[in-house]
Amino acid sequence: MSSRERVLGRVRRALADVPRDDAPVERGYLREHGARSVAENVELLAENLADYRALVHRANAEELPMLIMRLLAERGSQQVLVPPGLPPEWMAAADPVRIHDRAVSTPHELDKVESVVTGCALAIAETGTIVLDGGPDQGRRRITLVPDHHICVVRVPDQVVSSVPQALERLDPLRPLTWISGPSATSDIELDRVEGVHGPRTLEVILVTGHDGE
Amino acid sequence: MSGTFVGMPAFPVAAKEAVGNPTLRGNLRHATHTIRAKRAKAVEEVSDWAELREAGKRIKDHTLRHLDRYLVQLEESVRAAGGTVHWAADADEANRIVTRLVQETGESEVVKVKSMATQEIGLNEALEAAGIRAYETDLAELIVQLGKDRPSHILVPAIHRNRGEIRDIFRAEMSEWGRPAPDGLTDTPAELAEAARLHLREKFLRAKVGVSGANFMVAETGTLVVVESEGNGRMCLTLPETLISVVGIEKTVPTWRDLEVFLQTLPRSSTAERMNPYTSTWTGTTDGDGPRVFHLVLLDNGRTDTLADEVGRQALRCIRCSACLNVCPVYERAGGHAYGSVYPGPIGAILSPQLRGTGSEIDASLPYASSLCGACYEVCPVAIDIPEVLVHLRERVVQGGPVVREGNRVVLKPAKGHAAERAAMRAAGWAFGRPGALRAGQRVASRSRRWHPRTLPGPGRAWSGTRELPAVPAEPFRDWWQRTQDGKGDAK
Repeated sequence: MSSRERVLGRVRRALADVPRDDAPVERGYLREHGARSVAENVELLAENLADYRALVHRANAEELPMLIMRLLAERGSQQVLVPPGLPPEWMAAADPVRIHDRAVSTPHELDKVESVVTGCALAIAETGTIVLDGGPDQGRRRITLVPDHHICVVRVPDQVVSSVPQALERLDPLRPLTWISGPSATSDIELDRVEGVHGPRTLEVILVTGHDGE
Repeated sequence: MSGTFVGMPAFPVAAKEAVGNPTLRGNLRHATHTIRAKRAKAVEEVSDWAELREAGKRIKDHTLRHLDRYLVQLEESVRAAGGTVHWAADADEANRIVTRLVQETGESEVVKVKSMATQEIGLNEALEAAGIRAYETDLAELIVQLGKDRPSHILVPAIHRNRGEIRDIFRAEMSEWGRPAPDGLTDTPAELAEAARLHLREKFLRAKVGVSGANFMVAETGTLVVVESEGNGRMCLTLPETLISVVGIEKTVPTWRDLEVFLQTLPRSSTAERMNPYTSTWTGTTDGDGPRVFHLVLLDNGRTDTLADEVGRQALRCIRCSACLNVCPVYERAGGHAYGSVYPGPIGAILSPQLRGTGSEIDASLPYASSLCGACYEVCPVAIDIPEVLVHLRERVVQGGPVVREGNRVVLKPAKGHAAERAAMRAAGWAFGRPGALRAGQRVASRSRRWHPRTLPGPGRAWSGTRELPAVPAEPFRDWWQRTQDGKGDAK
């Protein structure tokens, strides 16, 4: 007998006494917490991002390239990773050498890059979370992981949802998803919170208004 | 379960030693009280906590009731998404499968994201025996591994260590495993974390094989979920070419939507955050992004035996948040090592004896590692009635009875060392059924009270070793009642 049959057989015998009702699970919880206007949702996102030590910036579509340029310059980044589908105008003012994430590039090569700029799939106001789904403006999972500095652009308000349930509704489970709430952090040493250890130690989120389609 | 804990003394012995260590107690008290207070605040923020808790409980119960169906569905979904599914009935089989899969890649080292399941089966030791080095990459797990130590907490495994000890471990051991600790390393947490970052990055960037567990597996879509803070999880899940995930069968949830409950309750209950810094989900493999080969090893290892117990099966609802550890007055003083298991604290006291059976001294002692105060039940985000299961397991230890072990129904003998308890209970039962004998016995006890010992002799010594023997009154209550009320009280 294969282990598959053995385990499934054990499960079935273990459940012999159990009524196999098929009633749907009752869900008495809320779809979102509190009633907020669109603008209030964006404010809450900004507040919760900052509470988790992400650096929050705001810009309109015209100011965005200058802001990205300034943030990269402040870090002194010489090389910046960009996903293939990043709107080119975002980087129009930036000086650093643009590195594209090629399939052949090794993790070691990525490790030499100081910063990465991406978009996102959506952001969750109640938890201060940005979610990446590997879309063309976000790139592969590794590019937002290896460099120490991540600049993420969130189009507000249309990429902002209120809550976790609303986020799951909009996301595609077949894509690889990365939910990010603040920079990498650890509390393993006497519960002292330290930014790092492994992911980007600096997360900058730009809430941008007035982009295409508005 | 893991060989790591073989030979551990029973809980009372280990706890007694731990309670005598003031550094350990100080570290634990600080940790549990800090997390506890933060958690209460994080939970208060959510007005529908009770409803989320109830839904979480119901989703897990529903899944367990149809576990066969959902496991088959999960297998199909993972396959359809490009993964390969393996089934492991016990720890040895799981270790053999993972060892073979690593060997087939031709690699001799793997990077690991913290996983309770692989600790439970002793995977690192099994790989080591096959000449494969497994690197733990969670900072706390790294401290534990370098210190040749055991984890003592589910969420913060090195919480029993203070910063000075950690610095000493890094200085002494890092060079054995790879990049040495920087010269002049001090004991500030930021510097220690930086040392770990440099040490581990070397391993991440060259790793070809990653090993993980998972917090959830979605049957409907075949999606696996890992929840973490440091990014070491993301490293292990995306940089290697091959990813092997070892996951207990009870981690299944039916639908994608079900995650909306647990992604709200787990972070708040464990790290006391609205959301943990990183959550990764993956469904099989994705072209050009992340591992090209994905294996899922579905682990039984005592879970189906636990499922067969109508009272104890609720322990399988556990989402490993560790909230019960932080509120437990016993854990706070005895520490994680005293439980002799990778699952310490209240949940460990019910999970370990069910997964492993109550055959060993340590497992038979675990249902007693509690004051039954009920705080663990109050705090549990999936409402596991831990005290109920503890009492149920105590009964099983003392009386024996039918249980399922490795899929077979067996009758358990009463555990040794409880003969006095059983004899006392039988005697009490006999006496309460015979009022005359009870009265006579009480009178004898009252009159001889001057000669009563302070501690019990013989088999009763264990009981009175930690308790005051109650003083017998000068006059039995029934005699006093008869004398003062003349038997004409208002008794109804």
